[in-house]
Amino acid sequence: MATEVTRQRIPPTDEIPIVAPGQSLKTVTEKIADIVLRLKTPLSWFFGFTVGFLLLQGLLVAIMMLLFKGIGVWGVNMPVGWGFDIINFVWWIGIGHAGTLISAILFLFRQQWRMSINRAAEAMTLFAVACALLYPFFHTGRPWLALYWLLPYPNAMGMWPQFRSPLIWDVFAVSTYGTVSALFWFTGLIPDLATLRDRATKRVPKFIYGVLSFGWRGSAIHWRRYEIAYMLLAGLSTPLVLSVHTVVSFDFAVSLLPGWHATIFPPYFVAGAIFSGFAMVLTLLIPLRAIYGLQSYITARHLDVMAKVMLATGWIVFYGYLMEAFVAWYSGVQYERFVIWNRMTGPYWWAFWALILCNGLVPQLLWIRKVRYTPVILFAISIVVNIGMWLERYVIIVTSLHRDFLPSSWGMYSGTMWDWSFYLGTIGLFLTLFYLFIRVLPMISIFEMRTLVPGGQAKAHSE
Amino acid sequence: MRDIDLARLRARLEQESGQRWWRGLDELADTPEFRDMLHREFPEAATEFDDPKGRRDFLKLMGASLALAGATACTRQPPEKIVPYVRQPEEIVPGKPLFFATAMPFAGAATPVLVESHMGRPTKIEANPDHPATRGGTDVFSQASVLQLYDPDRSKAVKHLDAISTWGDFTTRLAGAMNAQRALQGAGLRILTETVVSPTLAAQLQALLESMPQAKWVQWEPVSRDHVRAGAKLALGEYVEPQYRFDQADVVLSLDADFLTEGPGRLRYARDFIAKRRLTAGQTAMNRLYVVESTPSPTGVKADHRIRVRAGDVEHVARAVAAGAGIGDAAAATVPGLDPAVLKAVVADLTSHRGRSLVVAGETQPPAVHALAHALNQALGNVGTTVVYTPTPEAVPSEQLAALTELAGEMEAGKVDVLVIMSANPVYAAPPDLRFADRMNKVGLRIHVGLYEDETAELCHWHIPETHYLETWSDARAFDGTATICQPLVAPLYDNVSPHQFVSALAGRSDRTAHDLVREFWTERFAGGGGAGQGGALARADGTAFGSFDDFWRQALHDGFVAGSAFPARTVAAAASLPPASEPAPADALELAFRPDPNLWDGRFANLGWLQELPRPVTKIVWDNVVVMSPSTAASLGVANEDLLALTVSGQTVSLPVWTLPGQPDRTLMVTIGHGRRRAGRVGNGVGVDVTPIRPSQGLWRAAGFEAKKAGGRYRIACTQGHFSLEGRNHVRVATLGQYRHDPEFAHHLGHEPGPEMTLHGNEWKYEGNAWGMSVDLNACTGCNACVVACQAENNIPVVGKEQVLRQREMHWIRIDRYYTGSVDDPEMFYQPMMCQHCETAPCEVVCPVAATAHSAEGLNDMVYNRCVGTRYCSHNCPYKVRRFNFFLYSDWTTPSLKLVRNPDVTVRSRGVMEKCTFCVQRINLARIDAKRENRAIRDGEITTACEGACPTQAIVFGNINDANARVTALKKEPRTYGVLAELNTRPRTTYLAAVRNPHPDLAPATPAGAEHTPAETTH
Repeated sequence: MATEVTRQRIPPTDEIPIVAPGQSLKTVTEKIADIVLRLKTPLSWFFGFTVGFLLLQGLLVAIMMLLFKGIGVWGVNMPVGWGFDIINFVWWIGIGHAGTLISAILFLFRQQWRMSINRAAEAMTLFAVACALLYPFFHTGRPWLALYWLLPYPNAMGMWPQFRSPLIWDVFAVSTYGTVSALFWFTGLIPDLATLRDRATKRVPKFIYGVLSFGWRGSAIHWRRYEIAYMLLAGLSTPLVLSVHTVVSFDFAVSLLPGWHATIFPPYFVAGAIFSGFAMVLTLLIPLRAIYGLQSYITARHLDVMAKVMLATGWIVFYGYLMEAFVAWYSGVQYERFVIWNRMTGPYWWAFWALILCNGLVPQLLWIRKVRYTPVILFAISIVVNIGMWLERYVIIVTSLHRDFLPSSWGMYSGTMWDWSFYLGTIGLFLTLFYLFIRVLPMISIFEMRTLVPGGQAKAHSE
Repeated sequence: MRDIDLARLRARLEQESGQRWWRGLDELADTPEFRDMLHREFPEAATEFDDPKGRRDFLKLMGASLALAGATACTRQPPEKIVPYVRQPEEIVPGKPLFFATAMPFAGAATPVLVESHMGRPTKIEANPDHPATRGGTDVFSQASVLQLYDPDRSKAVKHLDAISTWGDFTTRLAGAMNAQRALQGAGLRILTETVVSPTLAAQLQALLESMPQAKWVQWEPVSRDHVRAGAKLALGEYVEPQYRFDQADVVLSLDADFLTEGPGRLRYARDFIAKRRLTAGQTAMNRLYVVESTPSPTGVKADHRIRVRAGDVEHVARAVAAGAGIGDAAAATVPGLDPAVLKAVVADLTSHRGRSLVVAGETQPPAVHALAHALNQALGNVGTTVVYTPTPEAVPSEQLAALTELAGEMEAGKVDVLVIMSANPVYAAPPDLRFADRMNKVGLRIHVGLYEDETAELCHWHIPETHYLETWSDARAFDGTATICQPLVAPLYDNVSPHQFVSALAGRSDRTAHDLVREFWTERFAGGGGAGQGGALARADGTAFGSFDDFWRQALHDGFVAGSAFPARTVAAAASLPPASEPAPADALELAFRPDPNLWDGRFANLGWLQELPRPVTKIVWDNVVVMSPSTAASLGVANEDLLALTVSGQTVSLPVWTLPGQPDRTLMVTIGHGRRRAGRVGNGVGVDVTPIRPSQGLWRAAGFEAKKAGGRYRIACTQGHFSLEGRNHVRVATLGQYRHDPEFAHHLGHEPGPEMTLHGNEWKYEGNAWGMSVDLNACTGCNACVVACQAENNIPVVGKEQVLRQREMHWIRIDRYYTGSVDDPEMFYQPMMCQHCETAPCEVVCPVAATAHSAEGLNDMVYNRCVGTRYCSHNCPYKVRRFNFFLYSDWTTPSLKLVRNPDVTVRSRGVMEKCTFCVQRINLARIDAKRENRAIRDGEITTACEGACPTQAIVFGNINDANARVTALKKEPRTYGVLAELNTRPRTTYLAAVRNPHPDLAPATPAGAEHTPAETTH
């Protein structure tokens, strides 16, 4: 138990097991499947779900307001034509990165520790992408047209989208990412759905899980095909982890706006995405493992490894900040220099320095081993990083736009209550989906966990 | 539902001509509940802004009521027999506009204009390039006047005691009153008008006065030219009007005169003045402008030397200059705070340019300053060369304030039985000490004729809706005396009565039409051969005689003026000895000065959203008035921007928000009049603060004594340009004349322009045929804003309201950026018109995901509204930030009368769409069609963009840059040409001619304002 561990001397990381000792094939299956099928739903679930659901209702109101009145209900203006919409889009997309990274890349690298967190992380990815997708759609002035004009379809006028626009690349990148992530996640779920089907006692769940498990019987040929399919999807997803946020960063890097126009954006956006994704995984899993008593499966070692990933990616991001400033100075271009100087000392100085605090300084605590092994502190740091990554997008978008080339057009930006209700609404959507997920699906991959307990290697799926 | 007075409704229906659609009695009764219901029910309710204040503004601006629908004349068949287009009339081609010449009477003189008419519907004001009083060019007032014609709040019916009545009813009642007056020789009749510039109307009034010798006619305007008249009388002994010949002047000294944007001669003066500093086509000489001013004005912005002093100190500066020039008391030659070197330079320049210098006094300056200017001009030998004296353009000059004061006294004494107020609005604007509103109650019969049911109409028994100048026959003189016979472009939209018709009714002939009266006047003149001027027969411009009166009439209407009717110069007496000097104010005394509002003037345009939302030329403030002061004065008063400051004059207090303005002289506060109207209409009501209560007749332009105290509280001000410093950037490039002569290419050395080889694409599009481009001369732009309103009118640009401007969502396609360089107290100022630059490698185009903005084969950056989904990415990638987004449904899609003002050739944009300057693509296409039909190329000058056509100084020139002989091509070859942000390789089709200032060599700064930039800093 993590809290007990911290009180004693912490053993070396390699010695901490991925699954706590004393687990067997039976306990793994029962523990995880019973959360869905047998256990009484904890009160905290109802509490969290209600909060999420209420926020979701706020999102619906915000969307209605937006559709009836127009983009003007938001704080966007000229020159700052993008605000919370794109900030939150990039934020959510970034969060979505951890899931695929954990599932696909770590799968290919045979990192066993991923097995206890990949299911939840992938679900998080899907739900984050769903939240993100709301923004590019609703941020347009006329969403009812953007819905299909952004897609290339043959038409009598020979009118195609502008393929040179990064926004079009976005459409392809994000929709591909969403599709592949969903397939990957669902494929990984099939054996566990079959487990649930077999363990369910009531007719309706049995029927539903039965349909969703596609007739999985756990035969060797099933497993063989499954392994191939999963491997292929992992291979497909791997480049997507890098490409999606690269393309998202092109939204900025391809423009000529000082503060956006930077070649360092793709790697630094990808690193930032992983950084924020791992932060969000920690934000979700630390409370979850406490509530459902999953400390045996999501152990201190997991937290430790994820904290280390955060530390590493955090440094890449921080290096990005330093390079942005250095390149601006080194370029000698007055506009570039001004943007950086204005970020640091202009009206949005607070956002910039808060960002440095959140993403640059606070994560340095993760150097301390004890911090990595103290879930409460780790949870706090993950929240700080989530805020920091939001601020990063705020700083990039707002401070670059609000003072660009001609001083006559300079302006200021702040979000309105509708910006906030939309943002909180997407958090509500995310929470709602996530709470439904942990209620109706196994939040940890049962069959993969079974391969980790003694005797599990040979017969992963059997009663 | 409220009780409905059926009898009244029936009467209303009877007196309304035309078909009136009504949905129910409630609507017909036009009850407030019904109006409210309409607002709620209609779709624009869906576009109310989320905050209550914004919503109110929005409804005021955009809200419509169906009840207005029946009242729009253009959609209504006239009762007379009409003839359908079985054969198309000769002149009217559906879809092609016609242009008619007429003139807008305004502020004591006429502004000649051409009016664009679409199928009988005037939509746009253009300049009349042939008119000698302007030679082309318009201003914000004339540009916006077309909106006034369609203003849904214009009064529409004769009202008696607030109930709708009829013209017939009125004339019957009037006849009774006038008969009684006739018996008294008119002893109880007083007529109050604005300054009358119509010879016909003046003749009508004078004929009326002749028949009733005891009656009196008072002319009065809140922004009067009394000081000009009194100054002339003081110096020269008679009412004469100085007319300046800026095209002859090499050195100009302005004594608080904003001659470029104010005063009757502003358009011609601006043109002539700028012509002397154009520096194109081989011209290398420039005039030099010294401006002594009490608040920054567009003229001050153009000055080579700006000398900022309190309004009260202008006289002493003028005396010091006079003493230097050898007249007056040499002891007066020092003014505290005035740099002796500057004074020396001014005097040296003036005296070394005898006969080629000019001293101009401002209209708000006291008569003594005008007298000093006259004396200086005489002493400098300028009379007859740079200044000539003529009669005043107003038909009967008078001292207006004195006349109004006398009228108020007579009202108090109960001597006035019948008071007729035409156009004027004394209840709003008369000095408070005249207590005009109170005294009106002592008048037995009060009649108001006006465009609006304004504050004065409220206190009158009768209100007669006046015709707009585009609806009536009339005539008017421009500042130089040239008469225009004004022709109506459209039949009155409502049951409006022309002033001519009204005065005729006063004289007992209510059946005469304006057309008859004007024609009769000119027939007489024609027959008498007296000419519209002071002598000489009416003849064509080339001197040949007219065959008949009809020939004359047709010619005058066609040209928009009566040839040869300008006033001949008049010799005047030598200036009398200088008036005694006034006591100089203590050097540390605060001063409060007033100015007419640059947009609303005296408040008459308060209901025009175009003008309310037009950034003031210097402050860039919209929708409000402020008390302007220098930053150091604000610091000494302990106030900051938007703090409320209570100003108390003679016991009356008004509170205004503070606005600190670099360049404002220290210790002088400036306030503009014309705001805070109570009954202007839905747009203008309650906008800004009415400062009339603190303008007693003793201190109309400069408060005699006042108190300023921080009032507590703040008030948000909407300003379209929040940042004024150039930040050391090179968007505005400047040199002195000396530097320019030494290095004509200086503008190129201040920036870096990549060559055409800087491209990734081997085979770029070659522009063969037409390639549209524009050149903007920063040296010529006076920042007068005429282009901004012209663009708004031409391109159906919506008004968004203060709340939206505060959120930086104004929609103007062209804006006049104003920049400062130098010290915050006394900076140099520059204007830069900024609109879509139509970059050949437009950054906006590649980032639009749906290809809604694309390049045309002629180099236009086209915006396809239908295709736009509104991602706003194009705006982010536009380094000029000239794109505008419809965050809400800004265009008014419902108010019927506002549909009529729209240009039918330009799309009315919907919500969620980006828009921007199109180079007036509709005009290009019109010319293209004409040229194609005639199988020829489009001629240079055949297409003028709206901004170009409105510009009084020809600062903007548009044309085909592939045409070697086009003006724009020649301008683009000028050494001063540079592209703003061209270092980004945007290849803008709009280029700028760098500004050149001509400071006195002894005072010239070591480096030009532009030279402080590090040269050749590049972005790539």
